[in-house]
Amino acid sequence: MKPSRLSECGNWVLDRFPVTKFWNEHMAHYYAPKNFNFWYFFGSLALLVLVNQIITGILLTMNYKPDAKLAFDSIEYIMRDVPWGWLVRYMHSTGASAFFIVIYLHMFRGIMYGSFKHPRELIWIFGMLLFVALMAEAFMGYLLPWGQMSYWGAQVIISLFSAIPVIGDDLSLWIRGDYVIADATLNRFFAFHVIAVPLVLVMLVFMHIVALHEVGSNNPDGIEIKESKDPWGHPVDGIPFHPYYTVKDIVGVAVFLLFFATVIFYMPEMGGYFLEHANFIPADPMKTPEHIAPVWYFTPFYSILRAIPDKFAGVIAMGSSIVVLFLLPWLDRCPVKSIRYRGGIFKKALFLFVASFLALGYLGTQPVTPVATTLARLFTTIYFGFFLLMPIYTRWEKTKPVPKSLTKVLSLEEKLHTLEEQLPGLIEEITEKKPVSTEIGDPAFKGAFFSRRPNPEGMINVIRRAAKKAIGSLD
Amino acid sequence: MKNLIALLLFLGLSFGAAASEGVELQEARINLSDNDSLQRGAHHFVTYCLGCHSAKHMRYLRIALDVGVDQKKMLKDIAPEGASIYDQLHSAMNKHDAEKWFGVQPPDLSLIARSRGADWLYSYLKSYYIEPGSPRGVNNLVYEDTAMPNPLWQLQGEQHAEIRKTIWGEYTKLVIEEPGALSEREFDRFVNDLVNFLVYVGEPVQLERERMGKYVIFFLLMFLVIAYLLKKEYWKDVH
Repeated sequence: MKPSRLSECGNWVLDRFPVTKFWNEHMAHYYAPKNFNFWYFFGSLALLVLVNQIITGILLTMNYKPDAKLAFDSIEYIMRDVPWGWLVRYMHSTGASAFFIVIYLHMFRGIMYGSFKHPRELIWIFGMLLFVALMAEAFMGYLLPWGQMSYWGAQVIISLFSAIPVIGDDLSLWIRGDYVIADATLNRFFAFHVIAVPLVLVMLVFMHIVALHEVGSNNPDGIEIKESKDPWGHPVDGIPFHPYYTVKDIVGVAVFLLFFATVIFYMPEMGGYFLEHANFIPADPMKTPEHIAPVWYFTPFYSILRAIPDKFAGVIAMGSSIVVLFLLPWLDRCPVKSIRYRGGIFKKALFLFVASFLALGYLGTQPVTPVATTLARLFTTIYFGFFLLMPIYTRWEKTKPVPKSLTKVLSLEEKLHTLEEQLPGLIEEITEKKPVSTEIGDPAFKGAFFSRRPNPEGMINVIRRAAKKAIGSLD
Repeated sequence: MKNLIALLLFLGLSFGAAASEGVELQEARINLSDNDSLQRGAHHFVTYCLGCHSAKHMRYLRIALDVGVDQKKMLKDIAPEGASIYDQLHSAMNKHDAEKWFGVQPPDLSLIARSRGADWLYSYLKSYYIEPGSPRGVNNLVYEDTAMPNPLWQLQGEQHAEIRKTIWGEYTKLVIEEPGALSEREFDRFVNDLVNFLVYVGEPVQLERERMGKYVIFFLLMFLVIAYLLKKEYWKDVH
């Protein structure tokens, strides 16, 4: 049979361009471990958010004006007069916060399952470079609405450069292009935000994925699946990324979009965390707001900056808090990757680290008080302690034996099934049954009716058991 | 470890307590689907606010369409004389005069409800009191030394501040000394309508986005079910 004109056309391209090879290498013949859990959704979600930011960003630039006199009004023009402008703008502003949520969870996954360890150090380095580029992108994008918080936030952060001895003042002047944040700053930040940094981001994402596909994905058990292969050379514990993980990631996308849409349509300001209230006032260089706080995703680092009494030392501490993350693959001396088989000391250290990161984030949104500063210092110490003491405490870790092949994962149905089995017992324990004494009705039914009442003793028992289990899981 | 957690909890609670200091705000009843209230609010805004404050991101046409007023009626009853339906809500006062009279140009009110919040505006407009000796003769409980004279004093009447002592401490109560054109209840409704309108002006698309959100979320739920079933089908043979 003669091939159709259409498939001939297709073949003409395929003979000259390696689409098939690329597809197979990265999708259809890329073997990924089959036990990816919840934490493995965030890589593909980060890509989704990046695409969202680029598309909505392009649409926004069509009506946005990077001019100190027009910027604020042009945003309101987008919100009111541009058809669907409000939706595009909220998708972009919510997307910025969603990006950081997704990336923080993605990084936490990496730390928890040892995805940064040999042989994946370079993936971690590319990922960290991505994180730094993302912070630059978010910081410069936040100036563009030209609200009070945009303006004064940028003013505070750029003035940090002037704390550097000798060159500081000239450097910050060079960055701003003026003695204060002004039109020149807005224009250059616009250029960086819409083209320079996004190009870097896309290139780094490409390198992050190429590096990942060269060495293969880690997994919740932290085992190298390439070590046991079947006769055809495929990892025994691996499955092709496409179609298995593409269909699975679509489920993740649907769940993510549900949250995303809820925020966009029902709480776009997110109580002043995603869009700050003070940013609805146009930038006024003559009026400093009472309380300047960066957007929530920068607050942990901002807290570290404020915790140090000296300005220059604070800048160094803030910079180091990100630099130590780069060094993670060489700070961790434990040969075991996954938290599942690591010692209690690492679990406790990680718990303290996450708690102090969240606490620093909260403190960064609050005004400075003596108590808050003391607390921020304590948490800053824990933050750095987690990394800098790592070479010591990971060396004596009492690890558990790592299995040879992947452990089985329970599917959602199996988990629901066990829950279903346990539920009646649980209800039995937290309630007590009491006969209902009724005056009316047939005396023959007396004592036949029961009512359930909450049983405080049983509840305390259940909570105590859950707490014991939670603490036990840290050993 | 346990002590540390207790300590942190305690400090967290004391933060929360410290944050809620200041004047207690009164609650505005915001209902953006109440077109009558929005129409009254628009009328009040043009009559009492537009003299000094603009709402330059809003057009008369958009208000007419959103709150269900006929365009002719909008121009006749609500908009100031001479305004076109396509005009934005510009103020008649120029910047130069404003700075001479008040020290600052009165801010544009398009986004005031988004930066200050409805409750703050409601309480602010109700919290003027007589303070002899101050530049404008009045002060405000919610926003001390505000540059704005009380625009609604003829309606509310004149209030004075009384310091009351209770076993929990001192607080300031505003008492109407000389009644105005409206009764207390009528005045509350007046301010509430005005604030309701300002909340609408802050984000005219609010109702539309909430209406649309239901369909988007319904679609995504359906999509989730199909995506999950597809995943289950593909993963049947993975053990």
